[in-house]
Amino acid sequence: MHTTLNPNEIISRRVAQELSDGMLVNLGIGLPTQVANYLPKDMTVFLQSENGLIGLGARPPEGMEDEDLTDAGGSPVTAIPGAARLDSVFSFGLIRGGHLDMTVLGGLQVDSCGRLANWMIPGKMAPGMGGAMDLVSGAKRVIVAMQHTAKGTHKILNECTLPLTSQRAVSLIVTELAVIEPTENGLLLKELAPGVSVETVIAATTAPLIISDRLSVMKLD
Amino acid sequence: MKKALPVDVVVEMIEPGSILMIGGFMGIGSPHRIIDALVEAGTQDLTVIANDTGKTNYGIGRLINSGQIKHVIASHIGLNPETQAKMFSGEITVDLVPQGNLAERIRAAGYGLGGVLVKTGMGTLVEESKQRVHVNGEDWLLELPLFADYALIHAHQADYLGNLAYQLTATNFNPVMAMAAKKVFCETNEIVPVGMITPNEVITPGAIITELVAMPHRHH
Repeated sequence: MHTTLNPNEIISRRVAQELSDGMLVNLGIGLPTQVANYLPKDMTVFLQSENGLIGLGARPPEGMEDEDLTDAGGSPVTAIPGAARLDSVFSFGLIRGGHLDMTVLGGLQVDSCGRLANWMIPGKMAPGMGGAMDLVSGAKRVIVAMQHTAKGTHKILNECTLPLTSQRAVSLIVTELAVIEPTENGLLLKELAPGVSVETVIAATTAPLIISDRLSVMKLD
Repeated sequence: MKKALPVDVVVEMIEPGSILMIGGFMGIGSPHRIIDALVEAGTQDLTVIANDTGKTNYGIGRLINSGQIKHVIASHIGLNPETQAKMFSGEITVDLVPQGNLAERIRAAGYGLGGVLVKTGMGTLVEESKQRVHVNGEDWLLELPLFADYALIHAHQADYLGNLAYQLTATNFNPVMAMAAKKVFCETNEIVPVGMITPNEVITPGAIITELVAMPHRHH
């Protein structure tokens, strides 16, 4: 069945396994948002949206949107029973004060120390960092969910060529090819996607990889 | 008691060259009627402090399109290509600030703090021309307060004392901005008799609200 999964499904399914019951989690806009689709039904995870909500729910049916209830991208969402509204100061206090168990963010580049660049392409794209720098600097765990290369161009490099989001190393990098953990000694290759070889991952990665002696295959069921 | 004023009367008080804080997040919880009236009034050379600049010709984006803004301090302008185009052409200047730092800088101004020590942005482009401070054996980045002449905010409800209650994610930067400006102008979804917003529901007390924007007439 795994051969039928597209890259984003592989990444989302694998990242979903990092979440556990009772966690307070912020999912970035885009690919990270899809992680919510793969959580076990009996698991309660409190999703935070930095524009001011704990208890983010699914998109409402058409015609049932509330103009005052959106995610950080401005799209209509619902609030689950027991949700809490937060103003921006409180919302970022949660993030910066170490109260957020995990954030999942997209990435443009990651360096050999595990430092992320995901907010700017000088001269081309300057959307602003929004909450990304606060999330990477403040969340207990930071997971980068991204495709391994950008149409073949390497994204996991010795040094990022794009401006860094934070000096702090991320906790885990999940791609459609591999799971990689930044450690003090370098990037540790821990898991391979089904059917992917170590050589394939090395060929798609500029930064040196340490191969874990407990290297395993991602479980995606 | 506060007499709610027509929106055009309220925006006439804003001088050219003013520093404005404008509430909202991608337009959600922004004071759209005040923004529209400000576009109508044509007040020039504005500095705007806000989370973002809305979308093209929507929310704060209306003031970008109308050419009334010369300087923006925001965390995100990605959903408004017009802001980015004017920034790259040099028509406006933009300071990009991490969203949490932005909130804390506004809070510092409103709460009488000389600045805040933060981790966010250390060792990145954000650190440029800022001071590092060594406290308790750790390095921190010093972020300075952001003050405004006027805070233009939106609330769900006001009473005629100016007490405000907010709704869901339309809350965002509005309560903290109400603390950080010399004058605070507020528009709401409704204005209710005093007492209908209970003490527990009041987030921003009327004592700090300068003017309430009158509701459009519905019954004639």
